[in-house]
Amino acid sequence: MTDEPLLRVSALSKFYGSRVGCENVTFDLWPGEVLAVVGESGSGKTTLLNCLSTRLLPSSGTASYRMRDGLWRELYRMSEAERRFLMRTDWGFVHQNPADGLRMTVSAGANVGERLMAVGDRHYGRIRATAVDWLSRVEIDEDRIDDEPRAFSGGMRQRLQIARNLVTGPRLVFMDEPTGGLDVSVQARLLDLLRGLVTDLGLAAIVVTHDLAVARLLSQRMMVMKDGRVVESGLTDRVLDDPRAPYTQLLVSSILQV
Amino acid sequence: MNAQSTDIATYNFAYLDEQTKRMIRRAILKGIAIPGYQVPFASREMPMPYGWGTGGVQVTASIIGPDDVLKVIDQGADDTTNAVSIRAFFKKVAKVAVTTETAKASIIQTRHRIPEQPLSAGQVLVFQVPIPEPLRFLEPRETETRKMHALEEYGLMHVKLYEDIARHGRIATTYAYPVKVEGRYVMDPSPTPKFDNPKMHRSPALQLFGAGREKRIYAVPPFTDVVSLDFEDHPFEVQTFDQPCALCGAENVYLDEVILDDHGGHMFVCSDTDHCEKRRADGHHGHLAPETHSASEKMEPAE
Repeated sequence: MTDEPLLRVSALSKFYGSRVGCENVTFDLWPGEVLAVVGESGSGKTTLLNCLSTRLLPSSGTASYRMRDGLWRELYRMSEAERRFLMRTDWGFVHQNPADGLRMTVSAGANVGERLMAVGDRHYGRIRATAVDWLSRVEIDEDRIDDEPRAFSGGMRQRLQIARNLVTGPRLVFMDEPTGGLDVSVQARLLDLLRGLVTDLGLAAIVVTHDLAVARLLSQRMMVMKDGRVVESGLTDRVLDDPRAPYTQLLVSSILQV
Repeated sequence: MNAQSTDIATYNFAYLDEQTKRMIRRAILKGIAIPGYQVPFASREMPMPYGWGTGGVQVTASIIGPDDVLKVIDQGADDTTNAVSIRAFFKKVAKVAVTTETAKASIIQTRHRIPEQPLSAGQVLVFQVPIPEPLRFLEPRETETRKMHALEEYGLMHVKLYEDIARHGRIATTYAYPVKVEGRYVMDPSPTPKFDNPKMHRSPALQLFGAGREKRIYAVPPFTDVVSLDFEDHPFEVQTFDQPCALCGAENVYLDEVILDDHGGHMFVCSDTDHCEKRRADGHHGHLAPETHSASEKMEPAE
């Protein structure tokens, strides 16, 4: 880890007309750190994530990112070409619904290889070897490499989406409810896998989730959002064990006990 | 303007009105200025259905002059319905000379072949294009494909080739094989067999592409680099044929399979009929060539 953050977000706001998407969000993200953004639906988590990943432009505020060469770039002042290049090399985006993040009509191998080809790899054998390697890292059998993701289960699709995003060795990954819609045993395996990968690769990640257990397992730090504003932030264990804001207390006490 | 006052319906020279021709010429000039870039244009209704070459006909109508000599081929042949009709059309509405000989033509409108005989400077090859967007089957959104062209994001094109190799062990795309023009735009060379792709590279002739239904025109100016996409370990290669043309004995040309009877009899003959005729007239013959020379009467363009 270095002594400089990877991402600096300052007073970020997004309004949809007179409605608030998210308002006045400020935080720093450090290399290798996983930040969870939690809150109920409509609290602005996904708006925030989309702004940070430049899929949406914010109404006001700034976000700067430290590029691989150590230079700080302001995200919303970069050209679209640069943003898209960043998006497919140094960043990853894991969608809640794998169909949004995968190409459902091309094989698993091509899904993993697409980013490599996009950055100019033109050697079939090498691309395929990398794809095989990544499929095994996300626990997909090698003999499924030529199957389309349509033939995969929900959990496999999500793991494939993760492999597809990580193949270029990104430093920052955005995840939008990565375990949403999966049954609990599959969720547990996916979380295990994600935890392993994040630690091994030293990834920084921003994980949006409404599931506090996911936040507890994956993240070191967390932000609680309500009506577009951050109501509480701090170390995950502190926020969950000793919630201070009334809304966080409500959220924590709402977890169903089995 | 050369209106034909004697006909019941009078047409402007080459069917299209002058405003339309100017509009199309502007699109063509822009296309030539940006090789491989798809220029949108206001495609007109033509007296033929989409898919029969409305784009090519509009391009030809816009560039043709009274002194031009027109050749039209359909899958390499001068004597199929599409070729015959379009030739007859321009003979009627532009009163231009028509030919089937590649060397004599100043404009060659083609559906899915490039003539075997190398083209020369000053000739114009007009392609009929059904789907101009090479990325279309991988990315259905037009807004997105335009952005991909603008930002030169062509990784997806290789995904298609990757899929080919993964499924068939080699690049199995045999027609509409994507090319990169002058190191910048990826272009669909229309559904020509990939056999013809090398002929586009640094061709001395001007190559124009018209897509009527999709309303796009693009161009490859003379002596422009046209490179077929491939992988380092799976380089681009053209089709090869086991046997020469059954009629003229030509090798290294593109052959069509022709069914002879219902007992499985078939032969492979040149797809370029003009090339085949010329070779037979020069005394070449393949193993199925008839003893008497019937080529000239058989291949007479039926107007």
